[in-house]
Amino acid sequence: MSSSLRFEYQVSGEDFTLAGEASSDIKNKLKQMGVDPTAVRKVAIAMYEGEINMVIHGGGGEISVEILPDRIIMELVDHGPGIADIDLAMQEGYSTAPDQIRSLGFGAGMGLPNMKKYSDEMNIFSAVGEGTRVHMVVNF
Amino acid sequence: MSNKFHHSVYLQEELCRGCINCIKRCPTKAIRVQNGKAHIIKEFCIDCGECIRHCPHHAKLARRDHLDKLSGYEYTVALPAPSLYCQFNNLTDVNIVLTALLRIGFDDVFEVSAAAELVSEESRRYVNNHPERWPIISTACPTVERLIRVRFPNLIEHLLPLLPPVEVAARLARQRAVERTGLPPEKIGIFFLSPCPSKVAFMKSPLGIDKSGLDGVMAIKDIYQILLSHMKEAEQDTQNLSISGKIGVGWGMAGGEAAGMILDSYLAADGIENVIQVLEDLEDEKFTSNLQFIELNACHAGCVGGVLNVENPFLAKAKLKQLNRYMPVSLQHRSDYPAFDRNLLYFTEEITYEPVYNLGNNLAESMENLKTVEALMKKFPGLDCGSCGAPTCRALAEDIVRGFAKEDDCIYLLRDYYHRLQKSQLLKEEENET
Ligand SMILES: Nc1ncnc2c1ncn2[C@@H]1O[C@H](COP(=O)(O)OP(=O)(O)OP(=O)(O)O)[C@@H](O)[C@H]1O
Ligand code: SF4
Ligand code: SF4
Ligand SMILES: [Mg+2]
Repeated sequence: MSSSLRFEYQVSGEDFTLAGEASSDIKNKLKQMGVDPTAVRKVAIAMYEGEINMVIHGGGGEISVEILPDRIIMELVDHGPGIADIDLAMQEGYSTAPDQIRSLGFGAGMGLPNMKKYSDEMNIFSAVGEGTRVHMVVNF
Repeated sequence: MSNKFHHSVYLQEELCRGCINCIKRCPTKAIRVQNGKAHIIKEFCIDCGECIRHCPHHAKLARRDHLDKLSGYEYTVALPAPSLYCQFNNLTDVNIVLTALLRIGFDDVFEVSAAAELVSEESRRYVNNHPERWPIISTACPTVERLIRVRFPNLIEHLLPLLPPVEVAARLARQRAVERTGLPPEKIGIFFLSPCPSKVAFMKSPLGIDKSGLDGVMAIKDIYQILLSHMKEAEQDTQNLSISGKIGVGWGMAGGEAAGMILDSYLAADGIENVIQVLEDLEDEKFTSNLQFIELNACHAGCVGGVLNVENPFLAKAKLKQLNRYMPVSLQHRSDYPAFDRNLLYFTEEITYEPVYNLGNNLAESMENLKTVEALMKKFPGLDCGSCGAPTCRALAEDIVRGFAKEDDCIYLLRDYYHRLQKSQLLKEEENET
């Protein structure tokens, strides 16, 4: 049986307070499916970090999620400035977050490293001026 | 399974009008109106008491014990919750309340606040020794514990593995009563005077321990009148019974438990919706600062906000603060304080995840059911009107896949169905005419 479930979310680049809605919705669905709590936690953390980056750095975009019996695939796409040097952005502590964002507790430069840590597969595709696409997989 | 979900909160069917006020207020979506009556799904209910607070017809009630139960024991001890002290006006000395408790029929009193001071001290030690489990979450509120058990599996390992003060008090009270009377332990009745139904539920199906040390739980509001009528005499002839101070009594209000632990960094949240928000964020690691401890109270303002109290929670909190000002910090080194082994403060049973919200018996089945839920959600109007008896359209969709409800419980779908039927009927009539 090749059953799968798809979900799409719009992520606003304007409203900070809405960031995290998509990841928390997915989290609750996975819990109801009885997915192993450890995997649920990995998804929740990785997806939330990605969602926040879309809002803070990417100016919003779309998330599509596919849930399969043995894994979840997350695609986070934004149409923001893109990332010039992905290796640099992936380094722990690297951040270009402005001061007003830091004062909200973000900008430690830990988002991308945590997404890498909590997902089983992660790829970033980005072009300066066009946007960023983050692909993540977490196995159950 | 059954004894894991013993409850205090229940529906008095004759009083229920099926008005759906309560289903909207339940934080765990545990109530469904079926055949005009608001039944509680027992696996989902966490005995928070919100439905009791909001039912305009007083149809939701809390099961509890009454004073007549004292006659079943040879010697009885009352365990007053700290919030009892702030139900009275102009109280200057908690000993007056304690003395009045003896006048209404108890043989002895043991303050929960006294046991709370022991728990505070041990909590501080535990938190400092276990940085790998930070932030550690308080286990004093059974509603919060029950919520975590069914909804936040990843946070179970953060729970403070210490007994709530009331259970510690029950054990110490029985020990002291045996020493004082020489009676066998089972002839001694230990009764908690509680601000909330969740303590009744805890007594019946405790978490972290095998069996509660309590013999009964009474509501503060039930004994309030009779207690009040004995306060004057108690004031004339007050006995010096209190063995607790500021730290213990402070547990009655939000922030008190955490403050008594004297830690560097903690968070205290009160009100069930705030508690849920904190737990959600904690689960997603949204907290950036390194917290040591999290105190959570299901009721607004803390235990003073419990539904079985008399006084308005915020007034009660103000009174407790005032009362606290004149108290010693702690009295736990007084001589009539029983000796105890601090290992007895720890959990003896593990708390395990109860996945009551699962949509199926296995992943494949749950996934299929989730698919059906999503498909139903596209059909439903998304108004969360509650007319079907479920609190939200999603809850109805989930009930349908679980087999508890049907599609045409939705009045909008029923209306569409009716219109379609009517149309086809008309068509038939037209055909017949031609
Ligand atoms: N979607 C994106 N679009 C453009 N730039 C991005 C995007 N995601 C990350 N970046 C860049 O990569 C840097 C590092 O991202 P990362 O998530 O690791 O840290 P942060 O967002 O700055 O801080 P934190 O996630 O710890 O709050 C960001 O500061 C930003 O310059
Ligand atoms: S609030 Fe709930 S329990 Fe009270 S009458 Fe209405 S439906 Fe019944
Ligand atoms: S006590 Fe709380 S959880 Fe239980 S049915 Fe009432 S509102 Fe819901
Ligand atoms: Mg980030």
